[in-house]
Amino acid sequence: MQELSANKSLRPTGWLVIGLLTLLLAGVAAMSTMIGAAGIPLQRLFAAVTGGGGDAAHLARDQLVLWSIRLPRIAVAIGVGTLLAMAGAIMQGMFRNPLADPSLVGVSSGAGFASAATIVVGDRLLAGTAGQMPFELLPAAAFFGALAATVALHRIATHDGRTSIAIFLLGGLAIAALANAGIGLLVFVADDRQLRDITFWLLGSLAGATWPKAWALLPFVVASIVVIPRIARGLDLLVLGEAEAFHAGISVQRLKIIAIVLVSAATGAAVAVSGVIGFVGIVVPHLIRLLIGPAHRILLPASMLLGAALMLCADTAARILAAPAEVPIGIITAAIGAPFFLALLLRQRSVATL
Amino acid sequence: MRAAVSTALLMLLWQMPAGAAAVRDASGRTISVDDPSRIVSIGGAVTEILYALGRSDRLVAVDTTSLFPPEALKSKPNVGYFRQLSPEGVIGLAPSVILAVEGSGPKEAVAVLRSASIPLVSIPDKFDGEGIVEKIKMIAKAIDADREGECLSRLVTNDLSALASLRSGIKAPVRVLFILSFMNGRPMVAGRGTAADGLIRMAGAVNAFDNFEGYKIVNDEAVLAAAPDAVIGMKRAGLDLDASSVFAHAAFRETPAAKKGRFFAMDGLYMLGFGPRTARAARDLSRSLYPEITFAELPSEARKDAGKPCRN
Repeated sequence: MQELSANKSLRPTGWLVIGLLTLLLAGVAAMSTMIGAAGIPLQRLFAAVTGGGGDAAHLARDQLVLWSIRLPRIAVAIGVGTLLAMAGAIMQGMFRNPLADPSLVGVSSGAGFASAATIVVGDRLLAGTAGQMPFELLPAAAFFGALAATVALHRIATHDGRTSIAIFLLGGLAIAALANAGIGLLVFVADDRQLRDITFWLLGSLAGATWPKAWALLPFVVASIVVIPRIARGLDLLVLGEAEAFHAGISVQRLKIIAIVLVSAATGAAVAVSGVIGFVGIVVPHLIRLLIGPAHRILLPASMLLGAALMLCADTAARILAAPAEVPIGIITAAIGAPFFLALLLRQRSVATL
Repeated sequence: MRAAVSTALLMLLWQMPAGAAAVRDASGRTISVDDPSRIVSIGGAVTEILYALGRSDRLVAVDTTSLFPPEALKSKPNVGYFRQLSPEGVIGLAPSVILAVEGSGPKEAVAVLRSASIPLVSIPDKFDGEGIVEKIKMIAKAIDADREGECLSRLVTNDLSALASLRSGIKAPVRVLFILSFMNGRPMVAGRGTAADGLIRMAGAVNAFDNFEGYKIVNDEAVLAAAPDAVIGMKRAGLDLDASSVFAHAAFRETPAAKKGRFFAMDGLYMLGFGPRTARAARDLSRSLYPEITFAELPSEARKDAGKPCRN
């Protein structure tokens, strides 16, 4: 942990929560490795992990299921859950609005438009050639779409070196509307196959998880872990208002730029790899706030851990509930998150104010 | 670790028996199938052909579009919709071969399945008579049922040529519009290169919308301008289009089809599957479209053991 502020280290309860959530995530990951549609007994699973022992007859298939399907999918679920929950938490702090979410300010829509455009235009460019679209193209497009939306937003909302939250939100809504109009136009000109690609992608799924996708998420997760301690105190003070934060010695402008870039990078990366999966960015930070309060120094890492665990649970359920078929993950994230969230809300209702 | 996996895969390739059937599938790959004992069938027509070849006992799972024969989905595990497959779900059934109609997905899931040591044959889906025969031959070859495949191809070929001679009796082809569905009250209709377009041609009619590819939502004026003499749609559970609901739309009210009250609903897979029963489906459509002409039975219907698997 970086020590930049007067309120130096985490309180013991903070460390306890982080520790417990880490254990939870490890447990969920272990469980997720063990279960799946292709039932592998523990003994064979162990053989597949170590690459020896067990019976050779099953080894190749077990290793394929484990190393080419389950583990990359677990890695991608952890990465996506981490990034979405963190992006939600940072945005809510920045806008002092508990309902802020990357999808609110056109970041997700920008990523969506860029991806849909790549599917349709890329096909036109490749028409007549036997060329396959390089698979890195779509995530790259989504990321740049998210970034373009964010930069445009910043241009719209920044005037005389100050960013107005109201203009920022309204500009975001306008950008989202534009991007959605663009997606609508692309859907209109797309042929059946492109339409299916676009739809699958807008619905969100982890069924296409591969190691390269998991590796692509890693730098974003690492960057977030490095940056978070440096912006936590600033976000805490921002809750009091921009002027107050400024007088408390926070470079508000710089803080906002860092937060905006981090949110758009995280959202772009997550959306690029798994399509649009909702609910995690709003529910997870709220759950953490209900549990341990609003201090960002704990809120952000705890949200990342819980986001990863929740996404992993949801994806594991998606894999096994209707095996051998697959359930859309959006249904599960809502089904797991909502009741949990409501229960906590009801418990807190009499005590605290959100 | 990856090295270990590829070594294991190489070992498996090494052990490939010499007597394996090899087919060049829709993806252009040459796929070797050495054990057709546990088949996962993805695609309604693929499942239908496997039953017609008398190989249903080797089917370990089907997809949700495998609606015919009805016992397929009743008696076999369901791997879900053919465009939303779960790679681990399919591998978990321990199939020895996967037969998946072209267009099965998502792409990544198919890529993972292809990387498994299980042969995945992508079955081409072309919407004409030759396409059906090609499908049958490829499936038969892949699962080592050449004799049954020849028998079924012959049946289908005979049906198709009988249908062609029936078609020659049609003097004035009618214009037919196929509705896939209504989206917010706007019709989504079939253009060129669709299964519906193929069936309309087979039935000796003209697709009223052959100026675009694929399925598109069209506006009311375009429907009027297309001037269909008949409209066809799909029978769906609880979602039945019928003449009164379709012709109540402003777009359809003034068409020749509405004036004659000619709306026909048919079973989706029967009509669009391009499998062994498609010639009959086209003939049924011809009978509806040209009530003044008599269309005889097709050779396959005249067989004493019609509907039984093909063996000779």
